[in-house]
Amino acid sequence: MIRVEHIYWLVGAFLLVAAFMDARVKRWTAAAFWTVLSMPFLFGDAILAAAQSGVHWPAQAMGAGLIALGVLAARGKLRTHEEAPEREARRRASAAKLGNRLFVPALAIPLVTVALVLAAPHLHWNGAPLIETTQATLISLGVACIVALAIGLRITRAPFSESLREGRRLLDALGWAALLPMVLATLGSVFAATGVGDAIAAIVGATIPAESRVACLVAFALGMVVFTVIMGNAFAAFPVMMAGVGLPLLVLKHDANPAVLGAIGMLTGYCGTLLTPMAANFNIVPAVLLELPDQYGVIRAQWPTALILLAVNVLLMWLLVFR
Amino acid sequence: MNAWPLLGVAVVVVGFALRRNPVLVVVVAGVVSGVASGMGIGDLLALLGTSFASNRVLLLFTLTLPVIGLLEHHGLRERARAWIEGFRRLSLARLLVSYLAFRQVLSMFGLYDIAGHAQTVRPLLAPMSESAAEQDAALDEPARMQVRALAAATDNVGRFFGEDVFLAFAGVLLIQRFFESQGIHLEPFAIARWAVPTAIAAFVIHALRIVWVERGLQRRRSHEKCGQGWPLLDSRDQGGSQE
Repeated sequence: MIRVEHIYWLVGAFLLVAAFMDARVKRWTAAAFWTVLSMPFLFGDAILAAAQSGVHWPAQAMGAGLIALGVLAARGKLRTHEEAPEREARRRASAAKLGNRLFVPALAIPLVTVALVLAAPHLHWNGAPLIETTQATLISLGVACIVALAIGLRITRAPFSESLREGRRLLDALGWAALLPMVLATLGSVFAATGVGDAIAAIVGATIPAESRVACLVAFALGMVVFTVIMGNAFAAFPVMMAGVGLPLLVLKHDANPAVLGAIGMLTGYCGTLLTPMAANFNIVPAVLLELPDQYGVIRAQWPTALILLAVNVLLMWLLVFR
Repeated sequence: MNAWPLLGVAVVVVGFALRRNPVLVVVVAGVVSGVASGMGIGDLLALLGTSFASNRVLLLFTLTLPVIGLLEHHGLRERARAWIEGFRRLSLARLLVSYLAFRQVLSMFGLYDIAGHAQTVRPLLAPMSESAAEQDAALDEPARMQVRALAAATDNVGRFFGEDVFLAFAGVLLIQRFFESQGIHLEPFAIARWAVPTAIAAFVIHALRIVWVERGLQRRRSHEKCGQGWPLLDSRDQGGSQE
């Protein structure tokens, strides 16, 4: 049976390879960063199992590792590998030669994932399910990446090592940004465990009529937008608003559907992203790239879309979450 | 109720507002709210460690990097550009609405980084939008800037409201992890499909706005031809806001 842990081991192995490649060119900060980050993938199950059975030192070591990652992230610079002009010419020639076949492996990732998710309940090996059914989506995604890589290597006739080298190039270009969603989700768990969610819920409950599910819904939607505008990132707003309003007031008190509330609630935060100069890479950087005289030109061009869509999202949630 | 853990929220808000490294800000916020809640160091480290390890699914997307990197090395971006260039002889509204649809659909398939402000908007979409808008008559400078800004806005809308439909997207998994840690099990599939209504609404709203802006440009030009040009209001905007 393929378990999700096997997929995590692959991620851990890839991170270790990236760390090794960075160490070879003496980029020690990056090497240390990817090495520490590979730990939850290689030993995640063991850490969680130990914590369950009352052995706390592995989890504590991982906590110390997380703090180290924060420090390493602040030390290291985002860095793109330099681009030689002949590389670009080579890519152009290759693009012309391979044509639309280049899209095949990229599209294979989602298509194979969906096919495997749908097929998973029917696949068996020696009488046991081939894919652990509770985690079917994630395992399917991992398998789909391997299938896509095999197709890609066949189409491009490149050696396997080239895919590792190019993968590590992208990983280094992402740098700490790759880690952000994971630490934000961690923060969400910490906020829930330390009572931050309860405190916000108490404040919101004192200011709006918590008995009214519409009032709670509007408070949640506007809270997502306001926090996103302040922080420039809907992912950062999500754990705060979900722990404070979404979960205690909407899901637990008013029986809101968590899948709908989560999906549309996140997209409501995205309306805030369209409005804020804090989301600089989407709103300010393009104004500079396009040499606009007004640095808020892009926000000016998109705020009406954002506000109309915000209203539509509130309406959609009202129609869909309480069914 | 102990309100001190709210200091963690304050750390996030202030840290992001001051543009400190986001990973560091978030880690510090977690430590602050833990200490403020009266937790001991050992318990706090264990809480951070277990929370971190149980959210590792959010880095699963790194498994796509070797294949995407390989394809980029062999010209995936160049091929995508060539495809966009196929839209060349369209009116402004048709060009931008086609791009919006293209961007949303690619994002839904997880290819949200294939296009972007540096890769496609500046070199391709913005100049193509200008030339599409200038097919009948030249644009004045403020109108040209408005067209460029609209091209960038279209890229943002297309990306944002497509990516959450992709089930391995970090946003979807973040939602899934949040509820999982609260004992509510959801499949990523079940979350991603609820992003579809908003994706459709975003397409319709922004497409209508593009048509609206194009109409406005045409109206303004036809007034100018009759010698009754609108007074240009933009000089006011340009003075105050950038300094």
